[in-house]
Amino acid sequence: MTTFFRSFSDALVITKRQLQQLTRVPEVLIFNTIQPVMFVLLFRYVFGGLGAGIPGGYVQLLMPGIFVQTVTFTLAATAQGLAEDMQKGLIDRFRSLPIARSAFVLGRTLGDGLLNIVVLVVMGITGFIVGWRPTSGALHILFGFLMLLFFGYALSWAGVFAGLMGRDARVVANISFLFTFPLTFLSNAFASTTTMPKPLQYFAEWNPVSTMVAAIRQLYGFHNKFGVTAHSFPSEHPIPMSFIYMFLLMAIFMPLSVRKYKNASK
Amino acid sequence: MAKSIVAENLVKTYRKGEVRALDGLSLDVEEGTVLSILGPNGAGKTTTVRVLATLLQPDSGHATVAGIDVIQNPKAVREIIGLSGQYAAVDETLTGWDNLVMFGRLYHLSATDAKARASELLEQFGLTESAKRPIKTYSGGMRRRLDLAAALIVRPKVLFLDEPTTGLDPRGRMDMWAVIEGLVKDGVTLLLTTQYLEEADQLADDIVVVDHGKVIARGTSDELKQQVGGERIEIVVNESDITGARDIMDRVSGAATLLDAGLRRLSAPVQNGSTALMDVIREFDARGIHPLDMAMKRPSLDDVFLSLTGHAAEETIDESTTGAKSKRGKK
Repeated sequence: MTTFFRSFSDALVITKRQLQQLTRVPEVLIFNTIQPVMFVLLFRYVFGGLGAGIPGGYVQLLMPGIFVQTVTFTLAATAQGLAEDMQKGLIDRFRSLPIARSAFVLGRTLGDGLLNIVVLVVMGITGFIVGWRPTSGALHILFGFLMLLFFGYALSWAGVFAGLMGRDARVVANISFLFTFPLTFLSNAFASTTTMPKPLQYFAEWNPVSTMVAAIRQLYGFHNKFGVTAHSFPSEHPIPMSFIYMFLLMAIFMPLSVRKYKNASK
Repeated sequence: MAKSIVAENLVKTYRKGEVRALDGLSLDVEEGTVLSILGPNGAGKTTTVRVLATLLQPDSGHATVAGIDVIQNPKAVREIIGLSGQYAAVDETLTGWDNLVMFGRLYHLSATDAKARASELLEQFGLTESAKRPIKTYSGGMRRRLDLAAALIVRPKVLFLDEPTTGLDPRGRMDMWAVIEGLVKDGVTLLLTTQYLEEADQLADDIVVVDHGKVIARGTSDELKQQVGGERIEIVVNESDITGARDIMDRVSGAATLLDAGLRRLSAPVQNGSTALMDVIREFDARGIHPLDMAMKRPSLDDVFLSLTGHAAEETIDESTTGAKSKRGKK
């Protein structure tokens, strides 16, 4: 038990380091926040017309979509941070310290999770200003936010794995972006899936991003069927299915990432 | 005296055995002494340090640090070692102070102790004034000193320094040497890798020469030099005196004199250096030849490396050989 607490307090030292970095380079936090806020404003006013007939307008559908998109990008953020530490030899330094192998990666993912809280709050406020009004009540809204944080956290572990591949940090960032960007668009996040070509509809139906978006919409008061059939399990039960996806991600990537860290070398 | 570091038959291969980074490397370091691993890039120096510092598992072989098996019990080894690598492995966005406190906490010092130790180390390494500045703003030498400070937080018994001065300017190198000499006086066991022959000469009690993942020679600096043979006389003369001077040197040395025409420098091997040098001076004087510069030169570690490996140590060095070269000229 003491070992566990020690690992956890070591992880918090790593998390604290990340927060210190933010105070030294506040631009990182600012740009991390500006980008999603910009997305909210652009989509709200460019695609606003898509929402004809939706009670409350397109922004009610958009906000859950854009929340999920933003936390999905955590994967790239974690990956890039890890790759930079690797490149600079910092991973070697941490690995030469008498701390648990899991402590460093745990601290890093927690830090990226904390960053998501700030970003989500700022986005939520922006959404509210431009007309987003969740109708479901405070507890549901809070639960939705926790789910978003947890989804970002689960993807963060995939980011750790990608970041420790030993490639150049910029390459890692680009690859993660090339992977997550289509993932967020080949979904129900911004437009109805039924207008997509059939194969893409199947993809969107089983895309964890779609499931998450549907789950968050449901929690914020909008039921949203998606996919080819609109009767698939993810479409019918988005909340439990999202949790299944998150646990799967973590069950796969937590052990893989810790092992990768253990054998990390440039 | 007890052995503080022992490595036996370490083997590490990459790309399915195609590249043998370590090819049966063995070495040992007595407690409280300094061993330098000397070799060109790619010889296996860094790989050796990574294995001993528990960062890398060897394919086979055995190693202990302070009697603890690095493969069986890596965590216990990490408690007592300090490692400072080729790159300053510190967080560049944070200040020197933040870095040292963070590493102190990760060595499980209390917050108070971590802060006290950070101030102490910053003072010791002459970094107190820059303590609150981000590392990004530090010079190369300052970064390396901070990196070394981070390795010393828990006063390790055994310290690994992987090319501590590679890439530093001569001033930074001198500072670093002074710092390292101070540590050695305090009794730490040090394993140091370097591609600078002079650095090994200056800092180490013992030197192992490594090439292609194997130790090809071991001894003190003097012992290694003796393996190459005796001394040489080197004399620089005016253009017009070259022929005359060469005759004299051929006679005294009894072997062929080498001429570096560009530098107008003659060099010849001799048996008894000081006597031979006096003979040469007397004959020069009799002939009215005035040497511009003259020196009795003991073989440098460059010569040692050349005679051991058949290729010069510099051949594979890719950067910042300026320091080594300018020193070769002076010796």
